[in-house]
Amino acid sequence: MQRRKVLGLAGAGAAGAAVAGAGAIALTHREPKPDTLVSDTAGAYPFYGERQAGIITPAQDRLHFCAFDVITDDKAALVDMLQDWTAAAARMTQGRDAGTFGAVGGSMQAPPDDTGEALDLPASGLTLTIGFGPTLFRDVRGKDRFGIAAKRPAALADLPNFPRDTLDPAISGGDIAVQACAHDPQVAVHAIRNLARIGMGKVSVRWSQLGFGRTSSTSRSQVTPRNLFGFKDGTRNLKAEDTALLDEHLWVHSGDGPDWMTGGSYLVTRKVRMLIETWDRSMLAEQQTIIGRDKGEGAPLTGKLEHDEPDFKAEDGEGQPVIAVDSHLRLAHADQNNGARLLRRGYNYVDGSDGLGRLNAGLFFIGYQRDPRKQFVQIQNSLAKLDALNEYIRHTSSGLFACPPGLLAADDYWGRSLFA
Amino acid sequence: MRTARLITAGAAAALLLTACGDKKSDDAAGDGTGKIAVAASDTECKVERATSAAGTVTFTIANKGSKINEFYVYATGDRIMGEIENIAPGLTRELIVELPAGAYETACKPGMIGKGIRNAFQVTGSAAPLTEDAKLAQATADYQRYVKSQSGALIEQTTAFVAAVKAGDVEKAKTLFPIARTYWERIEPVAESFGDLDPAIDARDGDLEPGQKWTGFHKIEKDLWVTKDVSKSGPDADKLLADVQTIVNKANTVTFSPVELANGAKELLDEVASGKITGEEDRYSHTDLWDFAANLEGSQGAVQALRPALEERDPALVKTLDENFAKVEASLEKHRSGDGWKLHNQLTQAELKELSDNINALAEPISKVAAIVAKK
Repeated sequence: MQRRKVLGLAGAGAAGAAVAGAGAIALTHREPKPDTLVSDTAGAYPFYGERQAGIITPAQDRLHFCAFDVITDDKAALVDMLQDWTAAAARMTQGRDAGTFGAVGGSMQAPPDDTGEALDLPASGLTLTIGFGPTLFRDVRGKDRFGIAAKRPAALADLPNFPRDTLDPAISGGDIAVQACAHDPQVAVHAIRNLARIGMGKVSVRWSQLGFGRTSSTSRSQVTPRNLFGFKDGTRNLKAEDTALLDEHLWVHSGDGPDWMTGGSYLVTRKVRMLIETWDRSMLAEQQTIIGRDKGEGAPLTGKLEHDEPDFKAEDGEGQPVIAVDSHLRLAHADQNNGARLLRRGYNYVDGSDGLGRLNAGLFFIGYQRDPRKQFVQIQNSLAKLDALNEYIRHTSSGLFACPPGLLAADDYWGRSLFA
Repeated sequence: MRTARLITAGAAAALLLTACGDKKSDDAAGDGTGKIAVAASDTECKVERATSAAGTVTFTIANKGSKINEFYVYATGDRIMGEIENIAPGLTRELIVELPAGAYETACKPGMIGKGIRNAFQVTGSAAPLTEDAKLAQATADYQRYVKSQSGALIEQTTAFVAAVKAGDVEKAKTLFPIARTYWERIEPVAESFGDLDPAIDARDGDLEPGQKWTGFHKIEKDLWVTKDVSKSGPDADKLLADVQTIVNKANTVTFSPVELANGAKELLDEVASGKITGEEDRYSHTDLWDFAANLEGSQGAVQALRPALEERDPALVKTLDENFAKVEASLEKHRSGDGWKLHNQLTQAELKELSDNINALAEPISKVAAIVAKK
């Protein structure tokens, strides 16, 4: 059952692009591509393609991220579930019900094969991106449950402990992760909920995270958003249009590791709690010094405009660096990290309050890369040791997942090349 | 093929509740139709004969051990064809069961726990093939018999519990509380079909509307565990027994359709998932795992009644259900303590999560049963 007919591209163009600059891009393509902004927030991104959608896809506004533990030791049952998931994902990303009969089309005596809360809602730019965690290859007891330990990529090495980590194991890790991004939170939640339902008995939700307000732009068609500290975030992010940079920093090459990951990417998630109440009573000057940018424009403290190149050598009248040695901008910059760059598509989160009168809020960091050992680990080591921002943040959750390339056709399914 | 006719409802109930005495085994006819003696002890279960002709089969079970015993006759997949519970040490009781030709298992359960001491039991003879609808009709009859046996035990155990409360014997009442509830929880969906009686028996503090008086198991549970004073609990105890008696009388006059059985099986697991895993059910005594086990057994009872129809219509589902029932049982079994279970507050969050995962894994395929038995 088609939940709701989405506007065709022509219709969308006629209706006017909701996002500045998007209409023109969308209209140059007959078919929407994963890395091209769908011109209205209702539209659908293709499920099949060389890359998984949801990586360089222009970051949607809402996130439901879910990490699952596999609770069966039966490889056939797991593979069977992944096939069911793939079929449901292919349907839901196109704005259709999760199952064949749908929320209201099946037997009156059977639970519906779709949960129904997305009835009447369009595809809303939903993307579903799957990744496989280190514990799928060898569980915490060291057991190779599915006979795939030899296929574990070296790049999927457990992340080291970083200074100041305050990770909660209950909301970290996981055997399989699914990132659901959409413009409508109900559509993202619907997708995760149905996958969890389909996976019942084979997988169990380990932890999940809702996010609102993208904190990065992954396309030049998008403006740079702000995180909950009030600063623009992701100015120097890798963008969908930077094809050569993506090739160098984002996509796994043939020969990098096992073939099943060629064309894929590695995902690191970090839940970064922000101590926003103490941040909010710090001076504007201190905030800007910590970040290394001005709060309004987002320009480096050595420049005037957001995209000006920072000048790390510039000194003030007292011979001190204008961009402080412990500023976030300096420590996170590729020049300080052997050229390491990431494609970030994180989200703000507020998980209610913490019982002490503080908002339980922060940034759910999502970073994609070709090799976490040379990229995330490098950058995070710099930040964790020195970043002045550390006074205002706590890393409470961590995840690492290998996201294979996309599926080219309906005879393929998530994990086939891994489990085959 | 696999079916068992009830002799007559009333007679069977009477036998289950009252049949005891020193009956001698007797196969005078020598044709495999006489009574079969079962010598049960704490470690053995000696069944006089391993074969019988199809038809009425009478087992005479003598409990020579020191623990309370039970005796079961199972068809494939542990479908209960007949059972006798609460055989006290030194007593002999009779089980009369109609068995068509087929392979069965008998089991003694000393201490009333576990899978029991099993023996194969072959019934020979011919039986007319059944139509699908006959299988469903049989499911209804089988489940009715199950309800009858459980409700009989429920009266027995509630009577004992109430007597202990009224005698002011707090420790004994505390011991009997989860046992009486076991029989209640096995057939709770049946009780819930009688509207206001279920809350009178099983409401929790805070469940009630303003003006309603709190009565039933959990009121007395609070008296026993929190107030630690049952001197004023007599009227509540009397009312509990009266309400249980009323519900048992009603339960034995109604029949349940196959779809109702299927939903009952699912509802019992939902009870586990929403009330027992969380420790909400027995919030004062923390004896939730007794209720958990009973809900699971009740769910299995309903599924087993439907088994012949399910095997014909969806054998793969039957296999999945068997596997998932076994998984839940295995994960629950880790928390056994003595003759009972650990208290809910003795389990770690990780242990509760494992139980929850396994219940969900079972509840998902069980949610598909109703549509399959409803299918024409």
